Amino acid sequence: MSLQHFMNEAISPWMKQEGPDSDIVLSSRIRLARNFSQHPFPIIASEETLGHVLTFFKEEFQKQSFRDYKDFELVQMKDLQPIEKRVLVEKHLISPHLAEKAEKSASLISQNEQVSIMINEEDHIRIQLYFPGFQLDQALEQASQLDDWLEEKIDYAFDEKRGYLTACPTNVGTGMRASVMMHLPALSLTNQINRMTPAINQLGLVVRGIYGEGSEALGNIFQISNQITLGKSEEDIVEDLHSVVKQLIDQERKAREALMSRSSIQLEDRIFRSFGVLTNSRIIESKEAAQCLSDLRLGIDLGFIDHIPRTILNELMVLTQPGFLQQYAKDTLSPDERDIRRASLIRERLQLENEE
Amino acid sequence: MECQECHQRPATVHLTQVVNGQKSEIHVCEKCAKENGYMNYGEENFTLNDLLSGLFHSEGPSPLKGNTPHSYAQKPKLKCENCNLTYEEFARVGKFGCAECYKTFDDRLDPILRRVHSGNTRHDGKLPKREGGNLHLKREIEEHKTNLRQLIEQEEFEEAAKVRDKIRSLEDQLSKGEDGDG
Repeated sequence: MSLQHFMNEAISPWMKQEGPDSDIVLSSRIRLARNFSQHPFPIIASEETLGHVLTFFKEEFQKQSFRDYKDFELVQMKDLQPIEKRVLVEKHLISPHLAEKAEKSASLISQNEQVSIMINEEDHIRIQLYFPGFQLDQALEQASQLDDWLEEKIDYAFDEKRGYLTACPTNVGTGMRASVMMHLPALSLTNQINRMTPAINQLGLVVRGIYGEGSEALGNIFQISNQITLGKSEEDIVEDLHSVVKQLIDQERKAREALMSRSSIQLEDRIFRSFGVLTNSRIIESKEAAQCLSDLRLGIDLGFIDHIPRTILNELMVLTQPGFLQQYAKDTLSPDERDIRRASLIRERLQLENEE
Repeated sequence: MECQECHQRPATVHLTQVVNGQKSEIHVCEKCAKENGYMNYGEENFTLNDLLSGLFHSEGPSPLKGNTPHSYAQKPKLKCENCNLTYEEFARVGKFGCAECYKTFDDRLDPILRRVHSGNTRHDGKLPKREGGNLHLKREIEEHKTNLRQLIEQEEFEEAAKVRDKIRSLEDQLSKGEDGDG
């Protein structure tokens, strides 16, 4: 029943608030990987063991609340249609990996969708917490408290020497992955981001596209996260990420200013052409849509377009993904049908802004 | 030579196809080769795990060293008693089977962790509240001990004595706590 509520809205309630530096940073996320000490990890555990873990969560945490994260809803993978799973992936409430697992996997999602706790993914527990804008410190603090809340009832797999034990050696130690989603149109346009990536990598941080590992930077949205989880404290990891993101924000702002002073008319032209495409096209592929939406958002940030809210990028980026389009159509669609559907959905959504 | 499919990119894949005795040559670029099914790449992405398991293998016994057959026989297969995962399986999959695996394979983990975590092998972050009860104390004692050494070097003996007493009382607390746990 409550599942419907996670399905209908393209953007999660927390996304509608504007956080600090939200002209560039879309969201901040902390993910913590945890395991039960007494059970084998999901990769090797029997169905029965995984069932125990799932039942435990259902009994202890279903409908529970912790601070602002109210009425946790346990969404089981076995109860979902493929399109519904895809929608949850597009909203980042579950990982693609979790969606592939059928039996005994679930996600415990808070009503405001700020927290999702994935159960029986690669690890028994993956706590995810999002904040709008650039708020890594707050996200870490809240995630850590949420972690303590779970630990009251769970014996975590922990070792004095190696820290929190995880299925994959790349997560051991803190089990933490901190990441920031950034919109960097000016750095992409001037090709500076490609030159900056190797330097960022050397600091133990990774730059990726919007849907994680191996994905393309659709719509000039980049995800920056830590690679190292062992030998540094959570606070130090977050601080390192923080300082790099801060620099990227400064560089992006400088690049935008430079573009504005040197080629303002070209930039304005590009933005309004993209706006034209979005408001008039009848067929549009997701890649083109993402690029045009990125231009539109830049136009809003730079003040060329003032009647459309900033959150349009976040909203339409999610809404025009294949899963959502099909959820809206209440039907499976071929790629060609999706492109038509996508175009009309964007037109209607932008029309709505004109009327207001 | 340009790709015969897209006529844009250079042909980098050259194939000879024999169908019913008819021989034909195909020259295409990598993209068209993939799209037309001339080449099968299997798993699309070379994942982190592939890389990792590559690393682990180099930790195992090298066939070049000690290649007398009985040198293998002497070494019993390393296997986790708790979940039955062998070291070989761990190396192949790149994932541990359970918390115990970390202890079982401990001797071989340092080089792997060092590579993955920029030279680090020991945890230096959060301790769980409940589970890590004693660890909090232990870490506090360690911090005081470092402090104590510094104070002695600086010949600040009065301050050092205070720290020493603090360490003693914490150590008392620790041993009581451990008795309590059984």
